[in-house]
Amino acid sequence: MNTVVEVSSTPGQVSVDPRFGASSRKAKAGRRPSRLILGLRAFGRDKMAVAAAAVLIIVVAAAALAPVLSPYDPVVGDSARRLEGIGSEGHPLGLDGQGRDILSRLIWGARYSLTVAIVPVLAVLPIALLIGLFAGYVQGRVGGVLMRVLDVLFAFPLVLLAIALAAVLGAGLGNVMLAIGISLVPYMARVAYTSTVQESSREYVEAARAGGARTGEILLKELLPNVVSPLLVYATTLCGLMVVLAAGLSFLGVGIVPPTPDWGIMTADGSSVLLEGRAHVATIPGLAILVVALAFNLLGDGLRDALDPRKQTT
Amino acid sequence: MNRDDVLLEVTDLRKVFSVPSGWGKRNREVTAVDGISFRVRRGETWGLIGESGSGKTTTGRMILGLETPTSGSIRFNGEELTGVSRERLRQLRQKIQVVFQDSGSAFNPRLPVGAQVGAPLRRFGLCTGAEAKDKAVDLMEKVGLESSHYDRYIHEFSGGQRQRLGIARALTTDPEFLVLDEPTAALDVSVQAQVLNLLKDLQDERGLTMLLITHHLALVEHMCDSAGVLHHGSFAEQGPVDVLLRTPESAITSALLEAVLEPQAAS
Repeated sequence: MNTVVEVSSTPGQVSVDPRFGASSRKAKAGRRPSRLILGLRAFGRDKMAVAAAAVLIIVVAAAALAPVLSPYDPVVGDSARRLEGIGSEGHPLGLDGQGRDILSRLIWGARYSLTVAIVPVLAVLPIALLIGLFAGYVQGRVGGVLMRVLDVLFAFPLVLLAIALAAVLGAGLGNVMLAIGISLVPYMARVAYTSTVQESSREYVEAARAGGARTGEILLKELLPNVVSPLLVYATTLCGLMVVLAAGLSFLGVGIVPPTPDWGIMTADGSSVLLEGRAHVATIPGLAILVVALAFNLLGDGLRDALDPRKQTT
Repeated sequence: MNRDDVLLEVTDLRKVFSVPSGWGKRNREVTAVDGISFRVRRGETWGLIGESGSGKTTTGRMILGLETPTSGSIRFNGEELTGVSRERLRQLRQKIQVVFQDSGSAFNPRLPVGAQVGAPLRRFGLCTGAEAKDKAVDLMEKVGLESSHYDRYIHEFSGGQRQRLGIARALTTDPEFLVLDEPTAALDVSVQAQVLNLLKDLQDERGLTMLLITHHLALVEHMCDSAGVLHHGSFAEQGPVDVLLRTPESAITSALLEAVLEPQAAS
């Protein structure tokens, strides 16, 4: 009556590799790093994306700490020293046409520029997902009508639509974000819709259905992870574009109103003295816009790799 | 044939696809399956043979309820499958399962494979999450994979392993009937044999009834008891495999047979 001998003498048991055994299950499973770590590693391999993330973190930190960091009041100027150049005493980035410190305005301006760029994109993301998943998978008449309505909006160039909306809604931070948000819906919904249609025709959706999955589960558990990843990448890239668009709206006078220190307004202010040899007033905020927009684009590229399970190798 | 022995009975099944041919024109109609009938007895493997485009995959999809037949009847265990409610159809999927040709694309690329193997258990409320995980790991080990593979993604597996995962997933709900849609067409010859033998072992162990969809007659000879040869949507001939392969009556069967003849050295 020796159970050990009995077990080990069973041919089926002998042939089983010890690694296959139930006892080693937990230990083996624990050795694999989590998806988050694998994703971060994939992200880390893209040096440009890491640099972009660092730049954005610095800009966000500067925006958050603006009251502490900025040396002067961004709206009160010293008219006696107006238009002094880079490196003037006490003002490393110089002064603008009303004698305001450009560095301080740049730091405070990051708040508005980032808010206007990121908030509408984040707010529209779930709406676009909902529209895209519904219209793309369920289709039918409602989905069809929805997408045709968006196609009509899609026919307007993004910038034109935003300018028209901002002009109708009136100036101000909230209205600018609303205008940008509405203009973004057709673009983001289109991306969600296209990848939903694309993914719906893949065999794993069929396999899930054959395995007893209901429509809700297919949408949320099977399709959503595959649709949200490309949309997130696109959204990140859009944030960069929205920094430029928001600045453009301010520049045109339909966005945030002066004297609020917004990068677009700063560029507009500087444009009048650009040809008088005072290029720094417009160039500095212009460069800030360029750097942040570029950083968002590069971050999007890195995100694409980080979210792709094929790139998440150990 | 005793009626009780019949697990699947397909009668006069037709599928007509309507293909849009542009604005203002009438849709073109394509008949994929044109009135086919056959019976699969409990415990046997029935071969559905045909070239690509012969309608064999469409037939399989109709049996799985993934495609609605234009007319005809499919009876499973005496129950009519055509025209049942969506929820009843979903319930029936516990008993009728499928192994796809390419499990590489039949698994979600962004979900761990183990969770996908165990998912049907949760969907049908057959057990709790923890039990589903244990059962999935057991099944994965049963088909020759390791428990450590549970958290991996489908792209990390070889072709043979992917097909084993597909088989494991098809077996989670203890089905009676398995549709195998070209289960080895994407595999190397040596791996093909392993997968086929695995299927045979599982069939003996669980008393599975299988419908093997293939264009490869050597597979049919190895696996099937009876078979039918589809040509342009209808049967050219059907019957027991030994008769079918030894004395082919139709030109298409002969053509398919010649395609698998091994080259022989002149003696």
